[in-house]
Amino acid sequence: VSSRTHDDGSTGVAAGLDSRDEGELLGPEQERPPPAGTVQNLIIGGAVVLLGAAAVTAALDLGIGRPAAPGPGTWPFLVACVLLVLGLVLTVTARRTHDAERFTTSATAVLAGLVTMVVFVAMIDVVGFEIPSALLAFVWLKLIGHESWRLSVTTSLVVVATLYLLFVGMLAVPVPHLF
Amino acid sequence: VELSPVLDGFAVVLEPTNLLYCFVGVAIGMLIGVLPGLGPAATIAILLPLTFSLEPVTAIIMLAGIFYGAQYGGTITSVLLRLPGEASSVVTVFDGNALARQGRAGTALGIAAIGSFIGGTLSIVLLSLVAPFVAGFALDFGPPEYTALALLGVLLVATVSSGGRVKAVVAACLGLLLATVGRDGFTGAERFTFENLSLGDGIDFIPIAMGLFGLGEILYHLEERHRTVHAPARVANVWPSRADLHRSRGAIGRGSILGFVLGVLPGGGATLASLAAYAVEKRRSRTPERFGHGAVEGVAAPETANNAAATSSFIPLLTLGIPANATMAVIFGALLIQGVTPGPQLVNEDPELFWGVVNSMYVGNVLLLVMSIPLVGVFVRILRVRPSILAPITVLITLIGAYTVSNSVFDIGLVVAFGALGYLMKKLGFDPGPLVLAFVLGSLLESSLRRSLLLFDGDPTGFLTRPISGALLALFLVVALLPAAQYLRRRGAGHSATAPPA
Repeated sequence: VSSRTHDDGSTGVAAGLDSRDEGELLGPEQERPPPAGTVQNLIIGGAVVLLGAAAVTAALDLGIGRPAAPGPGTWPFLVACVLLVLGLVLTVTARRTHDAERFTTSATAVLAGLVTMVVFVAMIDVVGFEIPSALLAFVWLKLIGHESWRLSVTTSLVVVATLYLLFVGMLAVPVPHLF
Repeated sequence: VELSPVLDGFAVVLEPTNLLYCFVGVAIGMLIGVLPGLGPAATIAILLPLTFSLEPVTAIIMLAGIFYGAQYGGTITSVLLRLPGEASSVVTVFDGNALARQGRAGTALGIAAIGSFIGGTLSIVLLSLVAPFVAGFALDFGPPEYTALALLGVLLVATVSSGGRVKAVVAACLGLLLATVGRDGFTGAERFTFENLSLGDGIDFIPIAMGLFGLGEILYHLEERHRTVHAPARVANVWPSRADLHRSRGAIGRGSILGFVLGVLPGGGATLASLAAYAVEKRRSRTPERFGHGAVEGVAAPETANNAAATSSFIPLLTLGIPANATMAVIFGALLIQGVTPGPQLVNEDPELFWGVVNSMYVGNVLLLVMSIPLVGVFVRILRVRPSILAPITVLITLIGAYTVSNSVFDIGLVVAFGALGYLMKKLGFDPGPLVLAFVLGSLLESSLRRSLLLFDGDPTGFLTRPISGALLALFLVVALLPAAQYLRRRGAGHSATAPPA
């Protein structure tokens, strides 16, 4: 049982639910990937510390002023200090943290999805939204969703045609388009 | 309360065009809201661009429709797929899904719609009575009070969020830092813009909400491998029987009150309300063993309570200008775009707009009831379309919608970047809710703090000597330090306690 489930469980107890209800509450969570190891938790903590430190330096560069005359960096400095301290807490408690998920092979689907979106952003100004949209839909259907070739091709085309009618035809949004 | 602005507001809301937009809002709110994994905050964020080109009043009415439609969309997935749209419909899963498995999904959805309507409407009536007084009280608030209030709001949302508390506060800090990007309002200095012209005016709220809630959720759910979910073949008899209604009467009444009261609290008001309403009904019932096996009250109570709570969480937003949860943060952003600044001045200086917002909630609620009962079968059909087909469609709508916000490709890039961040945050145990909320409150918090410091001539003890800000800050300290104190006490109690779970 991970500590995330503990968090949910304590809410359940507070509201007077019995333990079986809590078990049901956690039902959907059990299909998630396993919790992350200590190394990953240390990296998370370290990343927060680095971010906090970077923000502290940037805030100091902006000028933190004096209490009576706050500068542009005053507020970012205060927030960054809190971030730095919390990052240290996360690092110190890394061994006892269980609310992060391990990256498994299923994360490649997410990566593929992100790549199609980046390609979409890069292409839309050059060739309009139609081709990148069809490409994105096809990759999500065929490669990520493991749908059949026929369904993937037809769905991509139908979706793009519908989006064209909706955004260009009906709403007349000035979205870059090829046709 | 003067009645004329209230009634004038109704006349505006009931114009046919406005009703039509509210109708469309409810329909597409439900349409996107039934997509698995997309809760109300995500749904509203994705659909925001639709409201931009409309007149403010029309846009707000459509938003109210989207809000209630999205809430109900989450109920549909809880009942049929055991997939709650958000934490506040988690308890609906127990009895709602049990009813669905007995072939009575229609009853569950029908009683949820009726309960939501009654809870929501009662809550709006109470809101109409309470809000002007709270706003009147808050009119005297100065920068120090706002500093304390906003700090407390951010902390409370972080405290009750899912995942670890420390991580939730980290997310909130990230949101506060993101809010500082752009030109400083006081000195004109460029902050964290990395020489990028597009960042000069700061980051828009919409791409953040669309990315973190919309794309982030979709990406996160890509990893969920082929969970075997089957929508029931058909949903019949949506109108509950007289016996069901009779049985749920008490649950709906108690749920409304519980929901209204708990919903005002910042953070997980609606979640707490749904849990509490369920627990109360189970404890009061003479046959508690029916709960979890398809008790109608077990659906009516939490669904009434969470809608009442979702509605009463408009009180802090409309009277103080402080959104109480992530969904309200999205609504806050949407209202700002329409030129409505929620806060104590709204009801006093712009009563028409204020009552327009409130009255559009009545209409949204009525339309939800009118539409959900006959149309539930149509929306259920969407659930039979595989997520692998729905996901790319939602992504494309989000990306093109992001462009329409300010006709810039840079915004699409931001949405994708925040989508990636949202995925990573969920994956690593950081709740994105506090980030969005803190981002929304960030500039208010900073400017109030700086004004207060100028006011106090740099003496921070000034916060403590003013009664309201002092009390709020004391509360802030209690909430902030309580977990640390508990932790230390547990540690002090001996290391022989439980070993950390593997």
